[in-house]
Amino acid sequence: MRAQFDIKTYTGFRAIALVCLFILYAPLIVVAVYSFNASQSLTNWEGVSLRWYADVFTGPESGKFKQAARNSFIIATVAATVATAIATLAATGMVRGGRFKLRSLSFGLISLPIMVPEIVLAVATLIFFSSIGFDRGIMTILLAHIAFCIPFAYLPIAARMQGIEHSYEQAAQDLYATKRQAFTKILLPLMMPGIISGFLLAFIVSLDDFIITNFVKGAGVETLPTAIFGSVKQGIKPNIMAISTMLLGVSIVMVTISFFVSKADAIR
Amino acid sequence: MATGAAGGGSASMDTYREARNWLLMPAWVTLAILVLVPVAMMLIYSFLTKEFRGGVIWEFSLAAYDQFFLDRGLFGDEPARIEWTYITIFWRSIWQAATATVLSLAIGFPTAYFIATRPARMRPIWVFLVTIPYWVNLLIRTVSMKFLLRDQGTLNDFLIAMGLIDTPLVIVNTNIGVQIGLFYSYLPFMVLPIYAAVERYNFTLSEAAADLYASRTTTLTRVILPAVKPGVLAGCILVFVPSLGSFLAPDLLGGARNFMIGSLIEEQFKGNAGNWPFGAAASMILLTLVLMLLLLFARQQVKAGKTAG
Repeated sequence: MRAQFDIKTYTGFRAIALVCLFILYAPLIVVAVYSFNASQSLTNWEGVSLRWYADVFTGPESGKFKQAARNSFIIATVAATVATAIATLAATGMVRGGRFKLRSLSFGLISLPIMVPEIVLAVATLIFFSSIGFDRGIMTILLAHIAFCIPFAYLPIAARMQGIEHSYEQAAQDLYATKRQAFTKILLPLMMPGIISGFLLAFIVSLDDFIITNFVKGAGVETLPTAIFGSVKQGIKPNIMAISTMLLGVSIVMVTISFFVSKADAIR
Repeated sequence: MATGAAGGGSASMDTYREARNWLLMPAWVTLAILVLVPVAMMLIYSFLTKEFRGGVIWEFSLAAYDQFFLDRGLFGDEPARIEWTYITIFWRSIWQAATATVLSLAIGFPTAYFIATRPARMRPIWVFLVTIPYWVNLLIRTVSMKFLLRDQGTLNDFLIAMGLIDTPLVIVNTNIGVQIGLFYSYLPFMVLPIYAAVERYNFTLSEAAADLYASRTTTLTRVILPAVKPGVLAGCILVFVPSLGSFLAPDLLGGARNFMIGSLIEEQFKGNAGNWPFGAAASMILLTLVLMLLLLFARQQVKAGKTAG
């Protein structure tokens, strides 16, 4: 046993793994720390303060950021809900639909938004809306977001479904449950962790999107990322670090929930 | 919610066989209208005539591709030569993306290997820690990196305080800045597929290699690496492809001289250049490159699957 352990281990790999984590987290931690800086300047540390958080909510740019935040959360909620509903139906068809000819083609279509470079999808969507004379605004952002959220919602839902044995629905039907009851009372609750996790991931992906939103948003319509980008173009300011830290918190909380929900399966 | 279409079929493997097309219909329709049709429109637009303030005139034209590949002089009356400007931008993008991929592999492989050799109950925690940064807003991560790497940034402050350097290292607005940004953006994509491959690797093969007097390095390069190659390739694709068309890292961490494809395309639609057919053509060329790469990768994976089976 001891010999096998030695064979697996490579010296230095542990150090590199720790360096990897350090690289991934260092920039985020630095920004989070500096968002609490009392100083006007970015570099000098003058003690802990919440002034930049206050600035986000009451400062000169607060109106812009509040509107952008409202847009972002409305778009993310609607886009994630619609994408999750579409993805749940699609996953049921793909995983429980038996073998069929269009299967790999359907899977290709569903994963297309992940495979095409984001900037290409942005250009294509802008051209599409422009060519049919669809005015750019919240609606165009929403439609574009629904499309690219589908694969992010689909993957955890389908993964979850593949892990659910057919015998549960079969057992329910043996006990005189109707097919509809077998679906709503057995399959859907079992799928729930996948559905929740898919919804949360789609929500974050929508909340985070910059490139596609930047292309399809109309003049004057901003989401949080586009508002932050516009602000950062004039230089990094401390209030941006406060907003970033709050968004960071939202993402981490949602991913953590998604992680624990998908782990919390009593049935394996 | 999803109950409407369900109900038909037997309780076997294919419970929802009859309802299948109806279940898949919303996804097909949404993605066809919002992805396939737009890409087709983009292809058409790349062959149209440009309108000066953005948009197009519906007249067939090869001007966009001509401008991309051919140089006809300032007034367009000289014999056509190869136009290097845009090819250079594409080449630079490929180079930047490749460098970021190699960097990610150098850090990502040992990390993935290390995680896969942890006790089974520790692995999900490591994977979770590596995954979190991916779900944090890419814009915020890129801005954070810029904050860290600036001339008066945390990294330079630290190095000067340690007495390692006297003058700040200039990283932002250089190629290296862009490479670091791309590497940082997509590093989790390298770790996860390699981890999945190493976790499935049969370590008795390493034992067998050791019994046959293979050195540790030989075991790594001749036994482990070939076995986990599909995972390594997947990781490289997942870092290389988004890096190639990336916009934020070159825009925020690079300067005018570090222009990449993403910025070139963006400028045609959002910036002052305002040439939609040219932007559409550049996007088509990028898409073609990426699809060719994915096709090669898929064939490689099929081959690997055959030899492994």
